[in-house]
Amino acid sequence: MSSTDISIHPDVHHAHDEHDHHHDQNFLEKYIFSQDHKVIAKQFLFAGIFWAFIGGFLSVIFRLQLGWPEATFTFLEPILGGWIQNGKLDPEFYLALVTMHGTIMVFFVLTAGLSGTFANFLIPLQIGARDMASGFMNMLSFWIFFLSSVIMFWSLFLETGPAGGGWTVYPPLSALPQAIKGSASGMTMWLISMALFIVSQLLAGVNYITTIINLRTKGMSMTKLPLTVWALFFTAILGLLSFPVLFSAALLLIFDRSFGTSFYLSDIYIAGEALTNTGGSPILFQHLFWFLGHPEVYIVILPAFGLVSEVIATNSRKPIFGYRAMIGSMIGIAILSFVVWAHHMFVTGMNPFLGSVFMFLTLIIAVPSAVKVFNWIATLWRGNIRFSTGMLFAIGFVSLFISGGLTGIILGNSALDIQLHDTYFVVAHFHLVMGAAAFFGMFCGVYHWFPKMFGRMLDEKLGAVHFWMTFIAVYLVFMPMHYIGIAGFPRRYYNWTGFETFNIFTDMNTFISLAAIIGFGAQFLFLFNFIYSIFKGRRATQNPWHSNTLEWTTPVLPGHGNWPGEIPTVYRWPYDYSKPGAPEDFIPQNVPFSATQSSNLPNEKDLE
Amino acid sequence: MITFAIGLSIVLLFVILFLLFRIGTLASIFRGSSQRAVGTTRTSNRVNSVLFLLFLIVGGAAFAWSFADSWDTMNLPLASVHGEWTDDLFWTTMIVIGVVFVITQILLFYYSYKYQHQDEKRAYYYPHNNKLEIVWTMIPAVVMALLVFGGWKTWTKITSAAPEDAVVIEVMGKQFNWMVRYPGADGQLGVAKHTLIDATNEFGIDFSDPAAMDDFMPMEIHVPKGQPVLFKIRSRDVIHSVFLPHFRVKMDAVPGMPTKFWFVPSKTTDEMRSETGNPDFKYELACTEICGRGHFAMRFILVVDEPEDYQAWLAKQPIFAEQNPEVVAKFSSSFSQQAVAENKTGETAAEVKSEL
Repeated sequence: MSSTDISIHPDVHHAHDEHDHHHDQNFLEKYIFSQDHKVIAKQFLFAGIFWAFIGGFLSVIFRLQLGWPEATFTFLEPILGGWIQNGKLDPEFYLALVTMHGTIMVFFVLTAGLSGTFANFLIPLQIGARDMASGFMNMLSFWIFFLSSVIMFWSLFLETGPAGGGWTVYPPLSALPQAIKGSASGMTMWLISMALFIVSQLLAGVNYITTIINLRTKGMSMTKLPLTVWALFFTAILGLLSFPVLFSAALLLIFDRSFGTSFYLSDIYIAGEALTNTGGSPILFQHLFWFLGHPEVYIVILPAFGLVSEVIATNSRKPIFGYRAMIGSMIGIAILSFVVWAHHMFVTGMNPFLGSVFMFLTLIIAVPSAVKVFNWIATLWRGNIRFSTGMLFAIGFVSLFISGGLTGIILGNSALDIQLHDTYFVVAHFHLVMGAAAFFGMFCGVYHWFPKMFGRMLDEKLGAVHFWMTFIAVYLVFMPMHYIGIAGFPRRYYNWTGFETFNIFTDMNTFISLAAIIGFGAQFLFLFNFIYSIFKGRRATQNPWHSNTLEWTTPVLPGHGNWPGEIPTVYRWPYDYSKPGAPEDFIPQNVPFSATQSSNLPNEKDLE
Repeated sequence: MITFAIGLSIVLLFVILFLLFRIGTLASIFRGSSQRAVGTTRTSNRVNSVLFLLFLIVGGAAFAWSFADSWDTMNLPLASVHGEWTDDLFWTTMIVIGVVFVITQILLFYYSYKYQHQDEKRAYYYPHNNKLEIVWTMIPAVVMALLVFGGWKTWTKITSAAPEDAVVIEVMGKQFNWMVRYPGADGQLGVAKHTLIDATNEFGIDFSDPAAMDDFMPMEIHVPKGQPVLFKIRSRDVIHSVFLPHFRVKMDAVPGMPTKFWFVPSKTTDEMRSETGNPDFKYELACTEICGRGHFAMRFILVVDEPEDYQAWLAKQPIFAEQNPEVVAKFSSSFSQQAVAENKTGETAAEVKSEL
């Protein structure tokens, strides 16, 4: 095996220079251990879709429990085995389900699946580069992620179950196997998997940043970059600065679990014995965790910002409104995201003065977020909107981002958070603003760039049906959650019938569960559309959306190195849509001003 | 047999859906609409833009109706003084964000409908307007500043130091129930250490501390109406969280780090029974931090009494030390002095730290 590697490798590098040689690669190098950014992007996409279905399926199981708490689920026995006892879901398994649903969706789907796919695919294509700065590191990034995925997936099948302490894995619950079964080997595997995941993210992040800074084609100044690339750039920076902190948090937790240290443990009496740990602080873990955890939600949503901005501009046939304001607001959000983490901890016993500071900083984030929303709406204004499926999802994204983002103003207020902390209000808030919205951003990207990925189009009618079912289902699921949240219904409850205060919402929960199941079902339409269209979809043209960005100047199916000849030179920004005086309603970035005399603005007359 | 029938009908359903999908594709090729740029066909634009408008109207109406319909259930009856401040602030903020929500959603869907693709039309080239950007940066900034100010004032009042005369109650979370301890006649909670915990002495109280001798642990929390109540909150295993929904009280119970929360109950249990019309009404204490298998079942009852009833209840409570002399006998006095000294300093430090 290694000998073939040695003999083939020079060929790969050779292919970089002379592009007629790329067919020399064997199957393994072309599709499995590929260093081509497009193939790696697809690998991340397939992995992301796989994980999304797993994560969605887990949520359907716990929604069954929540919607029909008195029902017996013997029919699930073939799948869940011992986790169903006398037709009842095991309460610890329920907690494992919510934990894994969160972990999978946040990290494996919306971090790796979203920015892994689109950063890899779009950065080189949109900045005009042959590939990433380091193809090898890029490949490593995927395969380490793959290893991390395998370990996380394996942990689902352990006898003691996967990690069950919530996706935030707060110690001592996550540190002590006697506290919950999931904190036995399941938690160990969670930590190993996440450590590998972080390594993968860091390798990827370094690569994205380097590529964007160093490999832009001639003429592609930073202010001519599409907003997608800007967004992915900030995402990579956030990841690079915050993931190492999670790594240290995880490492200290590993030490506490396995080597008898007391970073997070103090004064504990559990399972009939007093532990010797003293002096540790569980709050320390929360600080470290949320120092990543909060930037993480922007790592999830920033790529969606970028994809949606691009798709809205293209399909409104208008320049994105306030290009510089859009970049500025992303810078603002990225910087602020590092100084708001403790708004997750208002009622943990943290000094109340800190609470005031973090409330102030948190509410500032609403300003750049509002600017983005206004700019998107202003872009639609007096546009000539084409409802491609990507565009439908982009509009849906803006709607969900508004609905979910606004409640952040309430939760960021420490006085209001007292009642709402860890209730379904929080669940509704973050599922709308970073869960569903980021998913919509991802769908928007998949529908829009599918032609470039696979050379074929996704079916638009099925896409529209998929969009409408998903959009309606998302609102039906998460809007009612606000109501039960305002009433104080707590998160992560296996069953609420024991409480008189909370047992009044049975119908509402059944309704939410039904909507969730329908919404999950709608995703199979997408799956069918996706797989069918890869093989049998309508063939795409070179630039099916009449878009300006560079990726649409490549052949329908770009080979290794992306452009067969020279890399195009860039002359203009990516948003010259419907420019007055131009014959078409779009002018690609590689068209010089000298070729568009009729549409040049006064200040553009002398540009090349 | 039934399973087979269900399976068969599902398969048939898929076959039918697939055929419809194929027919649709072929029809669009036949009509020539597949030759046009995506999103520019008449039907696709009509259907999607009208659906957006419908979504706005029907969805908005459904939202308004369901909101009104759930109004009574989502507004839990209120039973504390500071709860009134937070509830007011909450609904004020809801009105502010509600206005923004309505305006932005209407604009979003209405523009989507109004500016749908038309062959003869061309979009308006309008790349930026700095004045507009400044306006819509400043307005949210000012609104946020006001909300921050309101929140900060309320938060500071709620988290200020408890009044001297507050009724002190220790609330301890453990897997999977709550336990409470009253300081007894001397008003002082006895020192406790996790190493002293056993099956009887679940708090780990050090009975060589004289302050511990009159402590008692009831099966329900009783508090007097109209008087400040200070919860000293701790946990002995994992993190729990004290949540009293009717009192708008929530604070984590953290092992190794005592926390606290004080509030003034404003309605007795009896008053709440007549207000809600539910003769069995009880104030409930729930856990809101995931703590393991029994997280959902950590229910504890709190009763608000009129001050005189509260005094009567207090007088009836059996003292733990008197009922369990064998536990007390285990403690020698020399060991105690030291522990008391150690813990007293620790506690005051924590007290100072968490006060504003």
